[in-house]
Amino acid sequence: MRGSLTSFPGSLFSEFERLSRELDQRFEPWAGPANIRAVARGSFPALNVGLCPDSVDVYLFAPGLDPKSVDVSLEKQVLTVSGRREAGLPEAARAYLQERFDGEFRRTLTLNEDVDPERVEARYQDGVLHIRAHRREATKPRQIAVQ
Amino acid sequence: MQNTMQQNTPQATSPRPGEMPPDGTQMAKAANGNMSAETPRQDAQNRDAQRQNAQAQSRARDAVRPPVDVFESEQGITLRADLPGVPRDKLTVRVEGDTLTIEGEAVLDLPGQMEAVYAELRSPYYQRSFTLSSELDTSRIEAGLKDGVLTLTVPKHEAAKPRKIEIQAG
Repeated sequence: MRGSLTSFPGSLFSEFERLSRELDQRFEPWAGPANIRAVARGSFPALNVGLCPDSVDVYLFAPGLDPKSVDVSLEKQVLTVSGRREAGLPEAARAYLQERFDGEFRRTLTLNEDVDPERVEARYQDGVLHIRAHRREATKPRQIAVQ
Repeated sequence: MQNTMQQNTPQATSPRPGEMPPDGTQMAKAANGNMSAETPRQDAQNRDAQRQNAQAQSRARDAVRPPVDVFESEQGITLRADLPGVPRDKLTVRVEGDTLTIEGEAVLDLPGQMEAVYAELRSPYYQRSFTLSSELDTSRIEAGLKDGVLTLTVPKHEAAKPRKIEIQAG
């Protein structure tokens, strides 16, 4: 039964799979109230955050930036990244697709309280802006021995 | 259904867009049914090809469609794609017949022991395909990658460039 239904291109099952994937993408997996500074889905640039024992790593997927024109600031655990991305479209040409973001952007997020504002590094490579904020020593997880 | 499947030719290329790739379980059953005719080496090659095929399938499923700008001038078509995180050695641009496919894998500087807290981009794989028309000269495609932006220029065949046709009087 399965063999005959899945052997056609664009079969019924692949359509369902595609639909459920799109629905998953539409409804945030992080259910509940959104961050007050959250932006619309699919905003430029996309943002990923990872947590290490000694640092918080923020990745902004922003290709085609001039690193000097990007402003990264940290004020009381609120990290703000803003700048301008030029899509570089020529004047005298017929455009068919214009999906790439062109203009000013700003992403804001709140970092953990234990982040040390004096030890924040930012690096731009291959279109990814990687911001590393080191955490203060005192709050590293410590093992407590049970007597 | 299963009897019509090719048994001895493992599919090494990734499926064309729109085409249903062969079911992995069907291929395995077909291979087992013909055990006596295959050498152990062919068997291992079949398994490798199956694994590569399964990997290619799961990558294609998880891949993100990168946003793209396409514009046309008299010289030809220019395409720009956002592929953040993709270095030159992880970018593939290929033309198969009239289909242009862009594939890339993002490489991030991830320190060890990292726990993902928030992710808007969930897959490091980018993939997008386009159908090119015949007046485009695919043998002269030029590609450049800078800061995660891929720029492709596909010129038109010399003969296909727009020419003004003189109208003779009388």
